[in-house]
Amino acid sequence: MGKTMSEKILARAAGVSGASAGDILWVNVDRAMMDDILGPRVEIAAKMLEIKDEVWDKDKVVVISDHYTPPASIKQAEIVKFTRDWAAAHGIENYHEFVGPCHQIMAEYGHVRPGTVVLGTDSHTCMGGALGAFASGVGSTEMLGILVTGKTWLRVPETIKVTWRGKLPPGVMAKDMSLKTIGIIGHAGATYKTVEYVGDTIEALSIDERLAITNMAVEMGAKAGLMAPDAKAVEFLAARGITGGYELIVSDADASYCATHDFRADALGPVVACPHEVDNVAPVGDVKGTAVHQAYIGSCTGGRYSDLEAAAAVLKGRKVKKGVRLLVSPASQDIWQRASASGLLATLAAAGAVILAPTCGVCVGLHSGLLADGEVCISATNRNFIGRMGSKNAKIYLGSPLTVAASAITGKITDPREFVREVGA
Amino acid sequence: MNGIVAGKVLKYGDNINTDIISPPQYMELSIPEAAKYAMSAIDPDFAAKVRQGDILVAGVNFGSGSSRETSPLTLKHLGVGAIVAKFFARIFYRNAINLGIPVIECADTDKISDGDLIEIDLAQGVIVNKTKNEQYACSKIPPHILALIGEGGLVPYLKKTV
Repeated sequence: MGKTMSEKILARAAGVSGASAGDILWVNVDRAMMDDILGPRVEIAAKMLEIKDEVWDKDKVVVISDHYTPPASIKQAEIVKFTRDWAAAHGIENYHEFVGPCHQIMAEYGHVRPGTVVLGTDSHTCMGGALGAFASGVGSTEMLGILVTGKTWLRVPETIKVTWRGKLPPGVMAKDMSLKTIGIIGHAGATYKTVEYVGDTIEALSIDERLAITNMAVEMGAKAGLMAPDAKAVEFLAARGITGGYELIVSDADASYCATHDFRADALGPVVACPHEVDNVAPVGDVKGTAVHQAYIGSCTGGRYSDLEAAAAVLKGRKVKKGVRLLVSPASQDIWQRASASGLLATLAAAGAVILAPTCGVCVGLHSGLLADGEVCISATNRNFIGRMGSKNAKIYLGSPLTVAASAITGKITDPREFVREVGA
Repeated sequence: MNGIVAGKVLKYGDNINTDIISPPQYMELSIPEAAKYAMSAIDPDFAAKVRQGDILVAGVNFGSGSSRETSPLTLKHLGVGAIVAKFFARIFYRNAINLGIPVIECADTDKISDGDLIEIDLAQGVIVNKTKNEQYACSKIPPHILALIGEGGLVPYLKKTV
């Protein structure tokens, strides 16, 4: 019987010859990532003083201030300062701030490599699975243990195989595939499991697009969302100076899966996740016409270059509807600069978009654009829980960057194919 | 610990996620301050009514969403003595154990009502509903995890054992 990627990567990390789903292993962690909101300030700094105030390997620890940047209050500023000072005091060279959401930075700065184990204090750490890493979110106390020992125990998860075949039609994005999958598997359907995405549709996607899918594996309760690392992953890393020192670990053809799901990309239309659960997924036509007050394109899910490019193609020469605010936060400083140099940001701004700093702030309702009572937001982000982006009496619909852009133009939830056909995309 | 937890039930439904338990807007506050807003999106009176040793009982998928340990930290600060649900989201489950909060899976939580007095035998996997004179099977907590919970969580456990 063959092995899954999860079984192989975790066996390698534990230094054992083989592992099977259900085994509990002590694994060596290749990268331990902390952000500002859930990093040293929560339990970690204080408790390390009581145990051992030194990290096991300074080069393997990455600290990223991204949630409270730029700070909107003195308290937020104090948290960023605390995080920065803690990183400096512990000799962490891999400290980044104000450059974008941690998961995008982890990928861009080469911290996520195929075949490795990456754990972080943020649930969307699973995004790194698009590059073939076993990447997963952990809590603060768990991270504390990793920081002082370099190890943690992990149960090797069973794997659900999700196969996507066929070509995505115009106006339909990887984000729609992500939401469709979650709608079928359910918000707890993959609890404690790995979701492995395969098929010719996945193979045809860029790394940008793949990241939008693995990012949301946790929205099914999954521990990891994996894709086989291929030539595109190698190229993505090489462009960032990482040319070796990792292993391309893929599942065997006869690996054992606990469940399989098959999807057709060519039959998929734009979908949205309706309030207040991510698996409350419906074709965009079902909620067409719902008035929106805010439209948001950004975050580690929906703020990459290809997302901005798709939105700009629809918004070029058009205007955001009066009474609607369109906020755009490129997912990293690098994306911001590229989108600026290529004119994408100017196109979006000319349509009426407000261009923000790269940040987690809007997605999780910390700053830069919260929702008031009774407001509705259409968002390219990953979670629509009650109260997440501001008032508990606001509603959040999740959709692709194209759906968000189209809805910003009309002021109501809109099928982007109405515009995409016109621009011939 | 003797492995018995008893308390009054505070009953909630399915999918009590981390944005509900620990609303993001208040996460910049200290745990005692943030705890005042725990569960406020679905129950504004939660922080005021929870008493030391109360037991949260809920439906499926408790603690879904974020990895934020502020969720179990605020519940612990408010005195929650245990959480019973049909099942838990993965990261919350580990966080709760690491903080010394007993988390128990029970298929029969629909039979338990707000205000019931229940007693949980963590080692044997039995919940006794003293108010309704009923008994339900629940998940057992193995001895090594029970020892960790008894010490108050992973950090005190490590300080004592390592």
